[in-house]
Amino acid sequence: MKTERSGAEILVESLVAKGVEFVFGYPGGAVLPIYDALFGDDRIRHILVRHEAGAAHAAEGYARATGKPGVVLVTSGPGATNAVTGIADAFMDSIPMVVITGQVPTALIGSDAFQEADTIGITRHCTKHNYLVKDPSQLAGIIDEAFRIATEGRPGPVVIDIPKDVQIAQAAWSQVAPQQRNRYNPQVEAPADDIAQAVEMIAAAKAPILYTGGGVINSGPEATRLLRELQKLTGAPVTSTLMGLGAFPADDPAWLGMLGMHGTYESNMAMNRSDLIVCVGARFDDRVTGRLDAFAPNSKKIHIDIDRASINKTVPVDLPLIGDCAKVLAQIIEGWLETGRTKADLTEWNARVDGWKARQSLAYPRRKAGEIMPQFAIERLYALTKDKDPVISTEVGQHQMWAAQYFHFMKPNKWLTSGGLGTMGYGLPAAIGAQLGNPDSLVIDIAGDASIQMNIQELGTATQYRLPVKVFILNNEWMGMVRQWQQLTYESRYSNSYSDSLPDFVKLAEAYGWKGIRIEDESQLDAGIQAMIDHDGPVIVDCLVAKEANCFPMIPSGAAHTDMILYGDEVAGTMDDEAKALV
Amino acid sequence: MKIKQEAQERHVLTIMVDNEAGILAKIAGLFTARGYNIDSLTVADITDGHDVSRITIVTHGPPAIIDQIHAQLERLVPVHKVTDLTEVGPYVERELALIKVSGKGENRVEALRLADVFRAKVVDTTTSSFIFELTGSPDKIDSFVGLMKELGLVEVGRTGIVGMIRGASAA
Repeated sequence: MKTERSGAEILVESLVAKGVEFVFGYPGGAVLPIYDALFGDDRIRHILVRHEAGAAHAAEGYARATGKPGVVLVTSGPGATNAVTGIADAFMDSIPMVVITGQVPTALIGSDAFQEADTIGITRHCTKHNYLVKDPSQLAGIIDEAFRIATEGRPGPVVIDIPKDVQIAQAAWSQVAPQQRNRYNPQVEAPADDIAQAVEMIAAAKAPILYTGGGVINSGPEATRLLRELQKLTGAPVTSTLMGLGAFPADDPAWLGMLGMHGTYESNMAMNRSDLIVCVGARFDDRVTGRLDAFAPNSKKIHIDIDRASINKTVPVDLPLIGDCAKVLAQIIEGWLETGRTKADLTEWNARVDGWKARQSLAYPRRKAGEIMPQFAIERLYALTKDKDPVISTEVGQHQMWAAQYFHFMKPNKWLTSGGLGTMGYGLPAAIGAQLGNPDSLVIDIAGDASIQMNIQELGTATQYRLPVKVFILNNEWMGMVRQWQQLTYESRYSNSYSDSLPDFVKLAEAYGWKGIRIEDESQLDAGIQAMIDHDGPVIVDCLVAKEANCFPMIPSGAAHTDMILYGDEVAGTMDDEAKALV
Repeated sequence: MKIKQEAQERHVLTIMVDNEAGILAKIAGLFTARGYNIDSLTVADITDGHDVSRITIVTHGPPAIIDQIHAQLERLVPVHKVTDLTEVGPYVERELALIKVSGKGENRVEALRLADVFRAKVVDTTTSSFIFELTGSPDKIDSFVGLMKELGLVEVGRTGIVGMIRGASAA
């Protein structure tokens, strides 16, 4: 049955048809017709954030924790520009997201109208695709395609910019799914010849390593299962990027920990000395490779990635396998079993890996009595919450790296962090989105004193929706990672990295209707964490930690994997310009 | 510290795209956003329904970057197909130029004589000027323009190149 509907109504009906449960948004002039269409509609729950950046990060957190696309609704101009950071973040970390932005009426576009911004222009290079809708009759088809683009292939954000007159104008609408343009068809399976070659290479390797990334998690639970299966079949040790934590269980003997700039000694050494790297859904990011000319010099490389543009981008590989991680892993496993391969003898390789593990690169010194080492705080947080299978989000900085190093993940979709863009202020709204998607889970934002202030206004969102989110602040009164780099690279000239005028986080929590807990001494640590867990409602824990602890191991800028700084190493106070110029 | 330069290659790419609003900005912007070079870019729709455009881009960069450009272009949703003409084999590239020359006496006669040698057409004339239309490879146009500089060159307009693979098959 065909009827006439307004653009706004078509939008809402289309979102319902796509199975959208939550829309994270903030109203404004150019989206009033959409908000009116949402009014009283209980099929979609609108989550009112306090700032549009919060909406985008909350949608990311929801998407990462549930595997479903996040949906954002913001107004034109500042609404859209405020959301841009979250959109760029989702683009870098391949998070499926559909962002609806209001736009000034078609006739006013280009006239510098009130709250006008060129949203399409601004988001062009931080979205997978974007649309300016000029006719409500196209809306249903565009929304349909937008969800496909956001979720299929390498996931990412899609922006749909809808002028206000298009929201109001009527168009024919029917319950039947719109005719789809079939122009987006990413390759999901690798050619059989390449699979046979991959099996051959893995079987022949004397020192193989599986290097996994966020793509395994994006691919879904099946990819995670198949990764474990491939590891069992081959015996290769496993390391992961920041984004891929949880794809392989951290309690498995084959687990080496995270690799890269703040990765473990064993994972970086194993990468460097391996004769075969099987990269599964990772992209040889600069934080992972360190100095490119010294990156894994003697290894052959197989790269499984759904995005052809990730192949050979920074590191040339011997065998690209373009496709979905789950599909390609299944192909490899099938090829392995069909050809009757058996596990190679990796005794010597495993012995070398054990030798590197023996360096205990995550060991850290205790300081004066009572002072809480931030690493220890994370270890206790892990120990006391692991039985609850918590979802952990983070902000960006030292606390993020400590969380990655000392909190251990057994399952995918439990670890939400801003990896590519490195967005401070991500963690709290992401935790809110994750909590909505997992109402019965324990969701904790591990934060720093500086980062948490970047989207602190979202405390109100959690209060409004009765979300029992926990924020665990490692408070060292510094932008710790900036301070650490200034110490290591700029002879301890701490330019503007001190967190002056910090608020009283306990009082701030209480002002928002949260519970506030302060932990000042190691003796209070366990009780404080337990009180946080036991409280049925949102909690901020202000955990005062050692002020100048550094995050080690660390591969300094411009150094090779083999040049890691460990705790106790002499640290030079400066660097040459070549190293300083690297990010 | 000094900025290092890498060896560069020139490549001609043809790109078939959906003819939708903003597509040119998307493609041109991809080049600036990722630090790639555009030497020339031409675009026009080529189908009866005006729904598909063919873009020809001349770019230069190290081989690895050229490969990245190819992959990044293919990643754009409205892009149907990217062909690196330089990579796939012999191809023809042509460019059209309008060249205005002004002068009298011996220079004017010489300009006309050279135009004849280059098979340029006169598309406008006054008693003291010509506009020549010249089609050919960029090199040919360069050398004609170079000669005209001595004979009263006023201005040059060039289309940038379009390219096509030789032989019976499509790119």
